[in-house]
Amino acid sequence: MNKNIVLCGVGGQGTVLASKLMAAAAMEKNIPVMTAETIGMAQRGGSVFSHLRMGEGIHSPLIAKGTADLIIGFEPGETVRMLPFLKKGGSVVVSSRPIMPVSASIGDAVYQAKDMIAYLKQKVTNLTVIDSEKAMKELGSSKVLNVVLLGAAVRSGELGLTLEDIQAAIRNRIPEKFQELNIKALTYTE
Amino acid sequence: MHKEFLMGNEAIALGALSAGVNLVAGYPGTPSTEVLETIAKQNPGTVYVEWSVNEKAGLEVAAGAAYSGARAMVTMKQVGLNVASDPLMSLEYIGVKGGLVVMVADDPGPISSQTEQDTRTFAGFSKLPLFDPSSVQEAYEMIQEAFEYSEQYHTPVFFRSTTRVCHGYASIDVKDQEEYYINTPEGFIKDSSKWVIFPRLSRINHGKIEERNAFLSDVFSEYKRNFIWKETEGAPHRGIAAHGISYAYAMDNLNKDDHVRLLKVSTPFPFPEKLAVEFLDGLDEVLCLEELDPVIERALTYVCGKYGLKTRILGKLTGHVANAGENTMESVGAAIAAFLGMEQEPQEAMDMPPLPVRPPVLCAGCPHRASFYAVKQAMLGRKTIFCGDIGCYTLGNAMPLDMVDTCLCMGAGINIAQGVRHIEPDTACFAFVGDSTFFASGITGVVNAVYNQADMTLIVLDNSTTAMTGHQPHPGTGHTMMGEIVEKISIEKILRAIGLTAVETVNPLNLDEAVACVKNMADQPGVKAIVFKSPCIALAKPSGKSIVDNDKCIGCQKCIRQLGCPALIMNNGKAAIDQSQCTRCSLCEQVCPVGAISGGNKNE
Repeated sequence: MNKNIVLCGVGGQGTVLASKLMAAAAMEKNIPVMTAETIGMAQRGGSVFSHLRMGEGIHSPLIAKGTADLIIGFEPGETVRMLPFLKKGGSVVVSSRPIMPVSASIGDAVYQAKDMIAYLKQKVTNLTVIDSEKAMKELGSSKVLNVVLLGAAVRSGELGLTLEDIQAAIRNRIPEKFQELNIKALTYTE
Repeated sequence: MHKEFLMGNEAIALGALSAGVNLVAGYPGTPSTEVLETIAKQNPGTVYVEWSVNEKAGLEVAAGAAYSGARAMVTMKQVGLNVASDPLMSLEYIGVKGGLVVMVADDPGPISSQTEQDTRTFAGFSKLPLFDPSSVQEAYEMIQEAFEYSEQYHTPVFFRSTTRVCHGYASIDVKDQEEYYINTPEGFIKDSSKWVIFPRLSRINHGKIEERNAFLSDVFSEYKRNFIWKETEGAPHRGIAAHGISYAYAMDNLNKDDHVRLLKVSTPFPFPEKLAVEFLDGLDEVLCLEELDPVIERALTYVCGKYGLKTRILGKLTGHVANAGENTMESVGAAIAAFLGMEQEPQEAMDMPPLPVRPPVLCAGCPHRASFYAVKQAMLGRKTIFCGDIGCYTLGNAMPLDMVDTCLCMGAGINIAQGVRHIEPDTACFAFVGDSTFFASGITGVVNAVYNQADMTLIVLDNSTTAMTGHQPHPGTGHTMMGEIVEKISIEKILRAIGLTAVETVNPLNLDEAVACVKNMADQPGVKAIVFKSPCIALAKPSGKSIVDNDKCIGCQKCIRQLGCPALIMNNGKAAIDQSQCTRCSLCEQVCPVGAISGGNKNE
């Protein structure tokens, strides 16, 4: 069964590592996997995305609009921006914490995160909102938001991967001293 | 064979290593950079690898290696090919002994480049055969074949990929190290009738090149990566021709029951003409799905004329495909649907709330912000022009700094400033150039300025790295891609050797000193230079965090409105500093009119 996943956020939030962990988990199960992501100038404080495709017979690493099974949103506004990629009836996992753009701080644009979450609630039936401020406080680290979201994504059932699959990828790819924290983050939303 | 999850550029590097490459040179440029970096990282100890000072130097180094029987590769982005074009055009006339692959990454969009130029067009111009992969797996295999063709036909060849192949990842099959080809160079054999270019040799070789390329057109008609795909039975009347990532988009958009024939072109030059004739047989119309130039479209139109075929060739030239920008899954899907006369599902209107705008900005703590701000303050009220250049510091154009009036190509700002001054003698002319760009193509501009008695101020933004492309070393950093520690080449000494007498090196994060230096220098006649030296904040250890004293802050927003630092935000009418981003460059502390911002460490 082919899967199309979109990850999105702001440069520096860890979208790439999350997509790498999923890809590693898929490869362990001999599922062909492709990804495409933002690299270069746009990374510096800009909107970033990662497309991830799993399954047989896929040619393009990029996903067409209206065909994503799941969007993993690291930031509310960026999640709304990527919503056109979601298929009808697809799922969204989103972090509630906004990241203010420079343009908002010099008064050029007003940005309200609650408007974004309200819009997502109106448009997406299978929506999981992660209270990331609370999660980061309870986990004692702001570095593992990506893995918290990944855990919620697994539970959405849209990934075709299990928590054990992702755990194995964490053990293989993340330095040992950070493994326990990441595994705790993975199961945080349970 | 084993499976690895690789970026396209990593796959190209591993493919070159498995083809026994002996030498790799290049200059960083998105989206090509990771090829050479991966070679250096995976170097089994048998490969010489260097970041050259620019693409011309890189190609010449690679040519020397290939003259000596080595397998060599040079890597660059598409605009780098313009810099390397002088040796390249002549090298095709001379040819090579060992395989030489010119790996060029094109950037449809463009996503991070000045131009949407197409290296496939350059292939026809320079007469080099070109290989154009569609996927990460194909790139891995095709680069190995490119070395073989280059060696067999004694010609440098292009290996051209685009951003979505270079930066896409896939799980692919790669060779184990025991399966690698080993190339043992014979060495350079003296023969001045072969290696020294003269008009007579060029005329003779020109004829041979044309004959060889006609022959290669036939060879490429049989090449397995140029092929006709047809899943449906019977003879369709419509065809699609595609290449590169657009081929992948086309395949994912086509349905099993679409009555259409497809031609994949992996070598647009020399164009596989016989295969094209076979493809066109019985077709009424062909849609060409291409990025950048309509290379396949022109070639097919030519084939139709040459063979008297009635097939209509559609694409960019006929307005059926956008003539600029990159293709997407949607744009290719829409073009195919329109071509096959299929109904398209209308896109649902999304009525989205206003979204945050996130243009790329200089990082919090970036020393370039301080340099631009110092020059801006020093020159307030004066008639000025600020010529920018290529690098992170092009972002100095954004509000509120607004300090880049021109930007053209690597090193151009230094000469543009001189030209403006010759026409507008009352303008204070500045050129900003980064350290890596200075070495790559800035030095000749300074020599030109001194020789021709220009009047300008050169600002070298020296952050001791090539920051934009991911922190590559350069001649001023003191280390090489072979892991050697070498003497740093001093920018100030170069400037003095050229003949500048007014050269100052200043830390831009010391605002008062920086402003005073600019004021002093700008009023001196002739060519003068300031080296603003402070390391890239992505490499330097932050010196702390600044914090705002809420009792002192008057909410004037001067810090926010003048500096545009992403760590500075307003919070309940007072300035606030995002502690996760701040590095305590202290620029805002020096700008605050009431002394409300200071180092946070001691107050904690």
